[in-house]
Amino acid sequence: MEEIQAKIREFLSRFFRNHDLQLDQDIFALGFVNSMFAMQLVLFIEQAFQITIDNEDLELDNFKTINSMTHLVERKTAFVAQK
Amino acid sequence: MKIELTSQQKDDKSNFRGFVNKEVVPHANSSDQEECTSPKLIEKFAHQGYLGAVLPEEFGGKSMDMITYGLLNEEIGRGCSSLRSLLTVHSMVAYALCRWGNKSQKEYWLPKLASGKVIAAFALSEPNVGSDAKSIESTATLSGDSYIVNGQKKWITYGQIADVFLVFAQYSGKPSAFLVEKNSPGLSIQPISGMLGVRASMLAQLNLRDCRIPQENLVGRLGFGLSYIASSALDYGRYSVAWGSVGIAQACLEACIQYTSERKQFGVYLKEHQLIRQMITEMIVNVKAARLLCYQAGYLKEIGDPNSITETSIAKYFASTTATKVANDAVQIHGANGCTSEYSVARYLRDAKIMEIIEGSTQIQQITIADYGYQEYISKPAHTVNYQNLLAMM
Repeated sequence: MEEIQAKIREFLSRFFRNHDLQLDQDIFALGFVNSMFAMQLVLFIEQAFQITIDNEDLELDNFKTINSMTHLVERKTAFVAQK
Repeated sequence: MKIELTSQQKDDKSNFRGFVNKEVVPHANSSDQEECTSPKLIEKFAHQGYLGAVLPEEFGGKSMDMITYGLLNEEIGRGCSSLRSLLTVHSMVAYALCRWGNKSQKEYWLPKLASGKVIAAFALSEPNVGSDAKSIESTATLSGDSYIVNGQKKWITYGQIADVFLVFAQYSGKPSAFLVEKNSPGLSIQPISGMLGVRASMLAQLNLRDCRIPQENLVGRLGFGLSYIASSALDYGRYSVAWGSVGIAQACLEACIQYTSERKQFGVYLKEHQLIRQMITEMIVNVKAARLLCYQAGYLKEIGDPNSITETSIAKYFASTTATKVANDAVQIHGANGCTSEYSVARYLRDAKIMEIIEGSTQIQQITIADYGYQEYISKPAHTVNYQNLLAMM
C-alpha cells in the first residue's frame, strides 16, 4: 500500500510541485492543471499498476486523493489477481 | 534503441501507398473544388477496413498498432487531407466509445463503426466556443427516460454525411458526452461551404432544438465528458493530424522534387539552382524530424505511457507548423503554376493551414508544451544533477 501511495505521490508532484501533497488531500480542489491532466493520470495508473481503468471506474471519488487512488488500484489489482 | 519499421509495417505502408495513389490522389483536386468526398471513395475506404483501424478485431476492427495507424494517416494525408479528416473524426469517436462506452454501447456501435456501415463525427465546437472547450453552451436535461439536448455545434467534420455524432453538452453544469443519431427528433444539419482548406470534408452545423435522445446514449459518466471522453478522443485526433501533416509535407516534397527536375530556367533545371536546393533541404530535414516525433509519440502510445499525451502535442505542433512552412515553399518553387488548381501544391498549403487550427491550435500547443517543460525540468531538485556525468559530457 505504501509503495502504491509513494508512486502516485511522485507522479502527482510533477503537477502540484508547490504542494506537499497529503494522502487525503483533494487534488481537484488545488486548482485546474490542464485539460490533459485527467488522461495523463489514467494512463499513469494503468501503466504503473498494470490495470485498466474503464467506464465503471469513472467516479470522481476514485481520483480525488492519493488514498482514493490507492484504494482503486488495490481493488483493481485484487480483482485481476482473482481472475 | 531501434527505430525501424517491422516488415509487416513496411508492407502495410506500401499497401496504404498503393491504395492512395490509385484511389485517392487522382480525385483529390476535384474533390477539393467540388467540396465533396465521393460516396464511392468512402465505400472503398471502408472496404479496406480503414474505418475500423483503431478498433479491436473482436468488434470487426483492424487492431492496428499505433505506428501502423500513424502510417495510414500519413499516406491518406499525403493524398487528401479531407479523407484523412474522415479517418480522424471517425476514429476519434470509435476510440472514445471503445475506451469509455459501456458494454451494450460497444456491442451495438463498434461493429457498425468498424465496417463503416455507420459514419461517426465529433461534435464539440460551437459558434462561440473553440479552444475554450469547457465553456460549451449546449445543454442536456433529463426528461423521463430521455435526454433533451439544446444548442449548436459548428465546424463538424463530415457532419453532412455522418450517421451518429458524439455531442458534448452541459448537464447541470457538468460537461457530458452523448451519442446523437442523425435522425433524432429536433436535430437539423446545415452544410458549411466555402472553407479555405480541407474543403471536401463536408462540414456542417448541427442545430439541436429540444433534441430527444435515449437515456442510454450517455457515454461515460455525467461530468466526465471533457476531461476523459473528449480528452482521449482529442489525443487520438492530434496524433492523426500530426501524421496527416507529415503526409502533406511529404506530398509537397515529392511534388517539388519532380517539378524542379522537369522545369528549366536560365538554361538549367530548377534543381540546379542553389536557392531551390536550400528549400528542398529544409523540406527533407523538417519532414524527417516531424516523422520522427510522430514515431516517438506512437511508440509511447503503444506502451501506454502517460507522456504520450504531451509528446503527441509536440508532434502535432511541429508537424502542422512544418506542413505550413513546407507547403508555402512548395508553392514558391512552383511559381505561378503553384497558384493554380492544375497543381496540387496550392491545396496542400490551404490544407496545411487548417492543421494548425484543428485539434488544438498552434498557440494552444505552445501553452501546453511550455507547461510540460516547467513540470518536467524545473520540478527536479537541483541536487539531483549528476555533475560527474555533466562533466563527462563536456
